[in-house]
Amino acid sequence: MTSLVFYGIDAIHLKEREELLPGRLIVIEGTDGVGRSTQLYLLRPWLESSGYAVVDTEMTRSELAGTGLKQAKAGHTLGPITLNLFYATDFVDRFESQIIPALRAGFIVLTDRYTFSLMARAIVRGADPKWIRSIYGLALKPDAIFYLKVGIDDLIPRVLQRGGFDYWESGMDMRLGADLFESFVNYQALLLEQYEAMTSEFGFQVLDASLPVEQLNEQLKQRILPLLPHG
Amino acid sequence: METYGSHEYPGRLFVVEGVDGSGKSTQIALLRQWLISEGYTVFFSEWNSSPLVKKTTSKGKKKQLLTPTSFSLIHATDFADRTEHDIIPPLKAGAIVLADRYIYTAFARDVARNVDRQWVRELYQFAVKPTVAFYYRVPLEVSLSRILTGRTEIKYYEAGMDLGLSSEPQESFKLFQQRIVREYESMVDEFGLTVMDATLPIPEQQRRMRKIIRPYLLGVRRTRASAKEAAWAGLAREMRPSQADGLERSAR
Repeated sequence: MTSLVFYGIDAIHLKEREELLPGRLIVIEGTDGVGRSTQLYLLRPWLESSGYAVVDTEMTRSELAGTGLKQAKAGHTLGPITLNLFYATDFVDRFESQIIPALRAGFIVLTDRYTFSLMARAIVRGADPKWIRSIYGLALKPDAIFYLKVGIDDLIPRVLQRGGFDYWESGMDMRLGADLFESFVNYQALLLEQYEAMTSEFGFQVLDASLPVEQLNEQLKQRILPLLPHG
Repeated sequence: METYGSHEYPGRLFVVEGVDGSGKSTQIALLRQWLISEGYTVFFSEWNSSPLVKKTTSKGKKKQLLTPTSFSLIHATDFADRTEHDIIPPLKAGAIVLADRYIYTAFARDVARNVDRQWVRELYQFAVKPTVAFYYRVPLEVSLSRILTGRTEIKYYEAGMDLGLSSEPQESFKLFQQRIVREYESMVDEFGLTVMDATLPIPEQQRRMRKIIRPYLLGVRRTRASAKEAAWAGLAREMRPSQADGLERSAR
């Protein structure tokens, strides 16, 4: 059962409706290119073969705002506050129309990032930390948050292998360096600082993302197992 | 990021608020004409007008995807884009910005939709505090008859149909407007809104509005002389220097 505990104001009034959420909310967090989706890709069949129904969700996949957000990011007029709120719209739409209904129906919800990456990005882009935290205060506390931790030196070869540096993942909207590589290094270093600061505040379970994929997955499974219903 | 009340810009921001049918748009249009004729640089910004967010909002409305919270957020996103493009840059440049509806519209509508009052106030912390925020107060019967006469259809979200107050759009609209008015009234003290009597004749309302605004225009840069001053100056040039000097001074 996912408890009705929130980081801030329960703006969606789930408590008022005395919602019962028999599912589980499991979050994988970590920066760009750290291997979150690979891990999720391995977790899903494992859970399903054990008989658990799984729903997965990730950023910019909301029906409401996903397309609009991608289009807005493709242009060059998107300001940082607007970008943050566009992401918040996308998150809340997924939260209300995917995550909550799935938890209500007893699914295991695996989410590729939650509010934490969104807050880290916002703060790095100059958002007032109190402001962004209050917006995402409507989010449920997950049953577990796994933070895939990586140092910048380990991150670079992974990202190169995956196809190189992306404009947004390099924070090029903030011009943090002379080129994509420099900007990527500076931007990711700032993000990693934010994740680090959030680790104890939000109770992240830290996992070493530089481990081989299979080994890291074993660690995740071991930690997820006791969280599962009748597990 | 600067938050509500902490921005300091050389420009001025005047906003009008009120329910549909309160006549606020007429008033701000007249104010704009006057400010332009006085030689000021004026920017005008309307609610729900960001080109970046437009498609998402209309998709949400058309497909009825919006919950009160996502409705609130999509409008906040729209407003953020306006703030970053149409409001802050002109204010920094020392211009006068006029806004037809501002954050108080969101507070009234969202809370009428049962969004948490405190949460939505936090959401709009990035907004610039207006120099003056006018609230056009009008009895509900008056605004309803102005809106509903000649209208055959009220849109789903506009009527607050998503709230399930009534299955009949006109009835739902009335109940929804009632809630909105209640929220506006509670914000008068909370945000120091300047209340205007929207039942007065249009020219009288405008006269009062200009009188309230005039003291705030001191020190705002004009890009041209006002129309009146230009006329006086033209007249002055045809006269003897000593007389002309006196005339120009009296025109200022």
